[in-house]
Amino acid sequence: MKTETRERFTKQAFARPKSLVDVKTHFCPGCHHGIAHRIVAEAIDLYGLREKTIGVACVGCSVFLYDYIDVDVAEAPHGRAPAVATGVKRAQPDKFVFTYQGDGDLAAIGTSEVVHAANRGENITVIFVNNTTYGMTGGQMAPTTMLGQKTSTSPYGRDFRKDGYPIKMAELLATLEGTAYSARVATSTPAQIRKAKEAVRKAFDMQLKEMGFSIVEFLSTCPTNWGMKPVDAQKRVSGEMSEYFPLGVYKERKQADFL
Amino acid sequence: MSLAETASRRLLMKGNEAICLGAIAAGCRFYYGYPITPQNDIPEYMSAHLPPIGGTFLQAESEVATINFILGTAASGKRVMTSSSGPGISLMQEGLSYMAGSELPAVIVNISRSGPGLGGIAPSQGDYLQAVKCGGHGGYKMPVLAPHSVQEMYSLTMLAFDLADKYRTPAMILGDAIVGQMKEPFEAVPYVPTVPLDKPWALTGCAGRHRQNVKSLYLKDNAIEVHNWKLHRKYLQMQAEEVRFEEYHLEGAKIAIVAFGTAARVSKTAIQWARKEGIAAGMLRPVTVFPFPAAQVDAVAKRGDVVLVIEMNTGQMLEDVRVSTTCHDKIRFLGKPCAMPTPEEIHREIRKLAGRAE
Repeated sequence: MKTETRERFTKQAFARPKSLVDVKTHFCPGCHHGIAHRIVAEAIDLYGLREKTIGVACVGCSVFLYDYIDVDVAEAPHGRAPAVATGVKRAQPDKFVFTYQGDGDLAAIGTSEVVHAANRGENITVIFVNNTTYGMTGGQMAPTTMLGQKTSTSPYGRDFRKDGYPIKMAELLATLEGTAYSARVATSTPAQIRKAKEAVRKAFDMQLKEMGFSIVEFLSTCPTNWGMKPVDAQKRVSGEMSEYFPLGVYKERKQADFL
Repeated sequence: MSLAETASRRLLMKGNEAICLGAIAAGCRFYYGYPITPQNDIPEYMSAHLPPIGGTFLQAESEVATINFILGTAASGKRVMTSSSGPGISLMQEGLSYMAGSELPAVIVNISRSGPGLGGIAPSQGDYLQAVKCGGHGGYKMPVLAPHSVQEMYSLTMLAFDLADKYRTPAMILGDAIVGQMKEPFEAVPYVPTVPLDKPWALTGCAGRHRQNVKSLYLKDNAIEVHNWKLHRKYLQMQAEEVRFEEYHLEGAKIAIVAFGTAARVSKTAIQWARKEGIAAGMLRPVTVFPFPAAQVDAVAKRGDVVLVIEMNTGQMLEDVRVSTTCHDKIRFLGKPCAMPTPEEIHREIRKLAGRAE
């Protein structure tokens, strides 16, 4: 009996994914990059892709991907990760290629690259981390900044008459024929994290089945630049952010020979 | 056209097409580009001839995307090329800076057109400064080769791939509309690599090795300073080992022309005419404009009476000639922005400098 009990209590239920580097995080308290990294690393492990993956990091806090995920990583100029990933994938179609981009990177300076990569049906996966601000540069207004949100370059709050509206990339990219999978997830609660894992697995699966372009948008936090405590930042994601940026799957291709 | 078919054959082709043959012979199987005059022969040729030999042609949505496709394929360890002209090359400068910083080899062809802005499509050498002085941010250099014949469009393209790999750097072919569009016979010699072709640094998935990165961001301690000195040493090595030039009738030359590309090609005719008249004219033709043949320029300046710089711009290489020698009083300039100087114009200038009657 005694032995059985010990076994029951020492059974490993939770372990670091093999593809996640064992280092201390440098991200701010309450930041979601660590969760996104873990979900990506778990998916890499799940499909056994660690030794055939090339990641493409972008500019911003996301660039430090290569300090945390134990795969080959190229660094792209600001916004150009989908173009760099295109160059990698065309040269090595047998490899697994993903980008990891923030919202300033993907939805402002890199809009052209992500739209055309999607439209070509480029067989890559985009992990898009949307925290409604430019984190690394000190919390400036992003194209995803919410109406009324105060940032260091919208000190009176974002006004649609001057700066337009927060851009909904998951919906926008879902309209393109080349997009095989587009979903928006969040990671503020365990339930959301389970759905996020499922979405990333699906997105990876799309690439492995050569179905075309796949993207998962993560609604994420930036407590430091939002001027919020981590707990309040989680609430903002589940609250006003999820209301404007609805969670869900916007496109899921069923077969590769679409059209 | 397969590699075997191109080996040691005498062909009649456009300069732009010869670049494609040179690239394919050198093992380039990836070409990305965006349309712009006067270099469209290159993407058109590659779109037809790469797929049948298992290569990849992809037309990008912009030159910004193009250079980043290039970055990705270069990071994968494959030989890759793009071509464009002035305005498109400007859009590639961001990517070129990243590639220089990330030490990624690729060949970039600039069949340059004229003037700032949209300018014109007439031949010009107006992109010299952008090409050799560092067109993007951060103070990098790259080998820049200036062909003056269809033969060189072919052979210097092969050399550009080797230099790019040897130094892990982008390398540029700096041509213009004339050398790109003109047809003449050339010898399509087989490619013989002068550098090792394996690239252990490439991102191929970390099977059997530690993960590796291709990056240009260095934030910790003085890593960026160390990195900049490392890059600088490469540029010094290029200056020590890669200077290439042609000496044309320089024996006893009192009037030494310094010109590259099309301007040099035209100058040859004028020099022949002058020599027939007993004028001791010759030419030092930089084949590499970076690294620049500075010592050679200084030598001809010291030996002769006049150094006549001829360019299809208002005086860009002229700056390099000036810093190459202290004989500033001997330097003269004949410039023709946005047009080719004629042999007659150059001949007239030589006669004037030789003190001959009009």
